[in-house]
Order: sequence, then structure tokens, then C-alpha cells
Amino acid sequence: MTKELTTAEIQELAVRRDNESKTTLGFWLYLMTDCVLFASLFATFMVLRGNTFGGPGEHELYNMPNVLAETLILLTSSFVCGLATIAVQRRAKNAAIALFTVTALLGLAFLTLELTEFHHLAIEGNSWRRSGFLSAFFTLVGTHGLHITIGLLWMVSLLVQVFRKGLTEFNSRRLLLLSMFWHFLDVIWIFIFSIVYLIGTTR
Amino acid sequence: MSTKPTVIVAPDDAPHASVATYVTGFLFSLYLSIFAYVVVVRKIWDGQTLLWAIGALAFIQFIVQAVCFLHLGTERKPRWKLLVFGAMIGIVLILVVGSIWIMDNLNYNMMTPEQEKVYLHNNEGL
Repeated sequence: MTKELTTAEIQELAVRRDNESKTTLGFWLYLMTDCVLFASLFATFMVLRGNTFGGPGEHELYNMPNVLAETLILLTSSFVCGLATIAVQRRAKNAAIALFTVTALLGLAFLTLELTEFHHLAIEGNSWRRSGFLSAFFTLVGTHGLHITIGLLWMVSLLVQVFRKGLTEFNSRRLLLLSMFWHFLDVIWIFIFSIVYLIGTTR
Repeated sequence: MSTKPTVIVAPDDAPHASVATYVTGFLFSLYLSIFAYVVVVRKIWDGQTLLWAIGALAFIQFIVQAVCFLHLGTERKPRWKLLVFGAMIGIVLILVVGSIWIMDNLNYNMMTPEQEKVYLHNNEGL
């Protein structure tokens, strides 16, 4: 659509767009450094995966149906989060709250499955103290789980903000950043699923 | 004559992702994840073929999610996000490939003669 704007309005619009693209780019830079963090943990894991110190190897430890469930739950969560951002862009407050709540619940389900898996490993004596392989495994998968936990806390606090103040300019921007974070975590999970679990279970 | 400039006002600055983009990304990722899982669990391939298959499926899903969910490459010029992404891929490749290469060499050079015999038999057919 084309319409006449005053010079002041044009300047304001330009400043707002500039701020928005700066915020998005800044957050994107953070995500890229986080990728480097995960890359170093993946490298450590790939080097140490054979060092079981007489303990159980990978194919004896992974519960693959559980891993598939985690993968599908996190993928669905990421998808619903994408739909939620569309609701934010359309200024549909209730739809945004509902969809982000579903995203958070799926994230919580994922985290529960992961912690159950960790608990089972630990009570069977296969904690991070068992071998170099298990240390690397817990550090890599645990760091991803920590990110998910932080994402969930962020999501809950933003939901409270949106519930109280509505989809203000700031809240909308924060929700869009959160959705980038959430999609990013699902992208990292593709590699944990493939490199750790799928390759590991064939070894 | 008015000197006031006329601008095109888009409803929102963010590149607009449609529901269709997300549905496409979701369905492709779902298919690729389940396919990779079935390939491994049913042991359709083995050895090197299996590793390549898992790697290729993960890479395709990575691209699908980067484009459909993270909207990589859909921004307007100048494409800073894409540029930083490229730099990140470079760093990650150096870090991962370099680590594995160095540690593999270290492993090879620190073997006892018996281990070396087994290694050469298994990996180089001697």
C-alpha cells in the first residue's frame, strides 16, 4: 500500500526498523557463537566416544525409541513456535499465548524424557564419572538440555509479560528473538540425534 | 509541488513467513528424522554407506530447518545474517575436522607395536 507520510513519521519508521534489524542481528551473532560452543563439544565427543574405560559402549546404553520420541516432540515444539510467531506478527494475542504455551509444554515433555534418560544412566552406574565417553556425552547432551531449560524459563516470563501488557512492540520483538532461539535448539538437536544417537547405536 | 517523499509502507519489517513455509519445513523434517531412524534401526545399510546416509539426511534436514524455520537467506540486502552464518560454518569446520584429524594422528603415533599391528590389519589391510 502507498500512502503519504510526514517527514517526522518517516524518520521514526526508519529508526524503528534500524533498531529492530540491529536487535535481530545482535541476537543472531549470539546464536552463531553458541554454534561454535556446540561444535567444540561435538568435536570432544567424537574424539572420546570410543574411550569407555572398560565400561559399556554406546550401543548398550542408548534407548532408541525414547530418543525418537524426544526428537519428534522437540520438532513439533519448534513447528508450533513458528506458528506462534505468525500469530505475533498478526497481533493475535490469545492465539500467540495459546501457541507459545503449547510450545512450552512440548519443551517440558522433551526435558522430562531427557532427564529420565539421564537418571536411568546414573542409577545404573553409568554417570559422567564412568568414562571419558560418558563425560563427553553428558556434557554435550546436558548443555543442550540446559539451553532448553533456559528457553523454557524465558518463555514463561515472556508469557506473563504478554498476558499482563499485551503484544507491545517490545514484547513482540522479544517473542521473535525467543522463537529464533527455540528453532536454533531444534537445529542443534538434529546433530545430536544423528551424530550421537544414530551413529552411536551402530557402533 | 510537494517535495515530501512517498514511501511504500510494508505492514511489518520482518520477512513474512507464511504458515505454508512452516508446514513444509515441519513435514520434511518429520519425514527425514523418521527415515534416518528407520534406516539405522532396521539396518538397511551398513558400514560407510550408513554413515554417509545419516550424514546426508542430517545435512538436508539442517538446510530445511535453516531456511523454513530460521529464514536464512530470505533477508534483504545487505545479507549480514547469511555472511555471519558463513563465517560460523568456516570456524566450525576448522574446529571439528581439525580436532578429529589431530587426535587421530596422535592416536596413531602413540600406539604400542602390538596395537599398531592390529590397527594396520583392521584399517589398512596389511
